[in-house]
Amino acid sequence: MPDWLIPALITLLKAVLVALALLTAFAYMTLVERRLLARMQIRWGPNRVGPMGLLQPLADAIKSIFKEDLQVTMADKLVYTLAPILAIGTALTAFGGIPAGPAGSLFGADPWVYNLDAGLLALLALTSMGVYGIFLGGWASGSKYPMLGALRSSAQMISYELGMGLSVLGTLMLIGSTNFRVIVEWQALQGWTILFQVFAFALFLVSSFAEVNRTPFDLPEAEQEIVAGYLTEYSAIKWALFQMAEYVNMMTASALMATLFFGGYRGPVFLDGLIPGISGWPIIWLVVKIGFFLFLFIWVRATLPRLRYDQLMRFGWKLVLPLALGNTMLVAFHLAFLRPSGLGLWFLGLLSLAALLVLFVMGDRVRSLWSAPAAPKVPAKATRPVGGD
Amino acid sequence: MLLVLFFTSCLGSGKTGAQRSIVIEYLNFVIMLLVAVGIGVLAVIVSAILGPKKATRAKLMAYESGNDPEGGGVGTGQRFPVHFYLVAMLFIVFDIETAFFYPLAVAYQKLIPFAFFEALTFVLLLLVGYVYVLKKRVLEWA
Repeated sequence: MPDWLIPALITLLKAVLVALALLTAFAYMTLVERRLLARMQIRWGPNRVGPMGLLQPLADAIKSIFKEDLQVTMADKLVYTLAPILAIGTALTAFGGIPAGPAGSLFGADPWVYNLDAGLLALLALTSMGVYGIFLGGWASGSKYPMLGALRSSAQMISYELGMGLSVLGTLMLIGSTNFRVIVEWQALQGWTILFQVFAFALFLVSSFAEVNRTPFDLPEAEQEIVAGYLTEYSAIKWALFQMAEYVNMMTASALMATLFFGGYRGPVFLDGLIPGISGWPIIWLVVKIGFFLFLFIWVRATLPRLRYDQLMRFGWKLVLPLALGNTMLVAFHLAFLRPSGLGLWFLGLLSLAALLVLFVMGDRVRSLWSAPAAPKVPAKATRPVGGD
Repeated sequence: MLLVLFFTSCLGSGKTGAQRSIVIEYLNFVIMLLVAVGIGVLAVIVSAILGPKKATRAKLMAYESGNDPEGGGVGTGQRFPVHFYLVAMLFIVFDIETAFFYPLAVAYQKLIPFAFFEALTFVLLLLVGYVYVLKKRVLEWA
């Protein structure tokens, strides 16, 4: 028996476990989302199938498997089938790189599926592969609404991918590695990155909302505007695969935010005073943080109206992109000049917080960047009679 | 097949432990990818076997608010705004910028303070292009 077989089998087992766990989590996530949205709107949500509606996800899954799988005559047969597989494949793979504990804490095995040195880059690459799934799905449907949704979606996702990629640069400068384990260990020593990078975190949060197509940025599937966007011609399990990919991407984005800015699988150290060792509980803390961000995703969905498409693109290009670059240069300046002169990381945290506050205070002035269409001034010609129509 | 050949050649003798472990991590990555894609393929196949197959002509028409579809279809050359093309081009430019920034960011603490001026020059050069794009009103969707 070759010596690589046992580790490969363990990895296979872990990969299958992660994939199944994500799919189960997706199923119950839909239930939790419906229940929470219902509670926020003072109604009850699904509570008939099983106790507290707990069997609702199962019923939905069985239904979507037994549905007829239609394919419109105009569709491109191969790509139409491949697009949902691509979407779910990249979405599930992206999660495997997130470390859920220190080495060897999963019954002697490592609690991650793969641990690349370029972990963050691999994750960003995989999430942006999701664009292909959505765009090809919309294009291959051979119908107009999916094509519209696909175009809008791809332009939106690539725009906010820039914001996402640029807003983590400051964190990377501080830590000096793209390996998730190194990032978490650095935070265990120096404090969570959110303390020094609250401005970057705000940009990253907004970008990841847009990247996973959630309200207020869910234009690709804006039901009231373009039917269901790229999902219009999909039925049965292929539709479900796209939905799964969206929710799995949401979980990955939450895990990424937790890992990059909130100390990953380590809890706050000051809690150790209450219960010794609580900050080191593996997996639990990561799940808690992911749960918090998922709740945030749902909460925002129940709260904010959708942006218009032009507002969305202006917001991404005119606000998020330059601010992310500015944040990067701020961190670079701090590391190059302020830190050697004795002002520590806490000063960077203050600067970052101040930048965020300035942005909030300036909100009304900055809003013209994305809300008012800065039309060229056309001299007003009084062609319409006043008062008449 | 190619992948198997690639990995067996990488894992061959004459490699140090560190190199081996890097290759093994990428092998784990490929395993995860295969499992994820496999789940998708399995779901599609199971659904294709279990679901009913009673397609009619009307069922297979593209959705168009109840009308007969007009034009449409893959490769019929529908036209769409050139803005999408411009945004894609801008994305390529700025994504390359991001790609250049990553190694700089990771190695930054070893290169300061010189690297700061490098980064600043680079960002300023790009800002010139960015301001040009703004002035040309490429980002206005009116």
